[in-house]
Amino acid sequence: MAYSNKVVDHYNNPRNVGSLDKSDPNVGTGMVGAPECGDVMKLQVKVNPETGVIEDAKFKTFGCGSAIASSSLATEWLRGKTVDEALAIKNTDIVTELSLPPVKIHCSVLAEDAIKAAITDYKKKANPVPAEAARV
Amino acid sequence: MDNHATTPVDPRVFEAMRPYLTNIFGNSASRNHSFGWEAEEATEKARKQVASLIGATAKEIVFTSGATESDNLALKGVAEMYAEKGNHIITAATEHKAILDTCKRLEKHGTRVTYLPVQQNGLVDLDQLKAAITDKTVLISIMHANNEIGVLQPIREIGRIAREHGVLLHTDGTQAAGKVPVNVLDDNIDLMSISAHKMYGPKGVGALYVRRRNPRVQLTAQMDGGGHERGMRSGTLNVPGIVGLGEACALAQAEMPVESKRLAFLRDKLKDRLMNSLDEVYINGTLEHRLPNNLNISFAYVEGESLLMGINEIAVSSGSACTSATLEPSYVLKALGAGDDLAHSSIRFGLGRFNTEEEVDYVAGKVIEVVKKLRELSPLYEMFKEGIDLTKVQWTAH
Repeated sequence: MAYSNKVVDHYNNPRNVGSLDKSDPNVGTGMVGAPECGDVMKLQVKVNPETGVIEDAKFKTFGCGSAIASSSLATEWLRGKTVDEALAIKNTDIVTELSLPPVKIHCSVLAEDAIKAAITDYKKKANPVPAEAARV
Repeated sequence: MDNHATTPVDPRVFEAMRPYLTNIFGNSASRNHSFGWEAEEATEKARKQVASLIGATAKEIVFTSGATESDNLALKGVAEMYAEKGNHIITAATEHKAILDTCKRLEKHGTRVTYLPVQQNGLVDLDQLKAAITDKTVLISIMHANNEIGVLQPIREIGRIAREHGVLLHTDGTQAAGKVPVNVLDDNIDLMSISAHKMYGPKGVGALYVRRRNPRVQLTAQMDGGGHERGMRSGTLNVPGIVGLGEACALAQAEMPVESKRLAFLRDKLKDRLMNSLDEVYINGTLEHRLPNNLNISFAYVEGESLLMGINEIAVSSGSACTSATLEPSYVLKALGAGDDLAHSSIRFGLGRFNTEEEVDYVAGKVIEVVKKLRELSPLYEMFKEGIDLTKVQWTAH
């Protein structure tokens, strides 16, 4: 399979590889996918609680080159965005940026899911929902 | 190092073929002029060379377009010819698609097929084989060497069992012929498929061995026409291809003792370097009963396609068929009981006549480098290092 130059670049020079401290209240962690499906993405964001801006983003991915590139690109895009701006990132943006072929679209979906999961995790930590409110 | 997929044509094979691609163009079925005689002489010499490699006689060799056609002819030809005797075929889950898909086609027409599971080492359980035989069984088709994991089935024992029960034995010998000794008499093989391009011959030509004595095997032709190949396979013979197949067989037979030792040395060197430099590496299938040139190995916590991308100047195959549209991991590895995650992490190396020790050193170094890099990237490797049991994690399957 021929990969686009951008996928190859992210694969050769992945951006923001690593892990943030999961127990930090300002860090949100999203882990999506499954080993038996051939891809797992872990994506983490560190949010400034004052401004709501994502100051750091890190990833680790088990998956094909397109999955690695999708999550690497996601961390690049997340840095400097507010939490709400981050939630507006769509998988189709990733498909366009990386020129992913149809068979690899699921990689971009996984990256969008990982962003959402990380931010959900952060929000849960930042604003623990009282048990009664949760029922509404 | 993807010599199970195909091999380059040996220059000596090409030289043998050259005249038949230029000056000598006759049709070996033309009986009444010298152009035809020359061509016939060439195909008959090749027939002897092929037969000699597997301990057969020349008249037992039917030329085809390759092993896929040979497999089709053997299975469909037997199923049709012996339909009155029975309608049951036994094969194994790890066979090549040329066997499995042919069996599926036959099932649509009323043949009953048993797909034997294999043990964790990749080998068929002989007791299960015996138990599967019924009075309706007409054919057992078990491959000699597996194309993914290179394991060698106990074909002689299988032949003995088939003979005891009066059942025919076909073996897909595509990967074994020319690589390990095969003798159709000693092994009680009744039908055997062979391909030229897996043993340094040209693509598009192969053969089917069809036993003529004890018992005499009959086949219903699947290609109708001029009645070539004793009525079993019509179609003008591919003279240059057949000459190439013959020469490839002759070279393989002459060089096998030396070549198989050399390939086993290179394979073991590759294996040892990978296993000594990396943790969490698993060999798929038994090493004891295996082609000398095959290594199929899983690098846990690394996805196969991303590994191939990192070593893309090296030709190997991923057990994970992610590169195709299916995204399904190898059915052969799954049949061994490997988890899907390990099946996604496997690489098949197939060493060949033209690989050198320097290449093996380079490949080992490159694979080690890329696996280490990808493990730095792998959340699964990180979790493994933290002591988390990955089988207990709640994954979000997608």
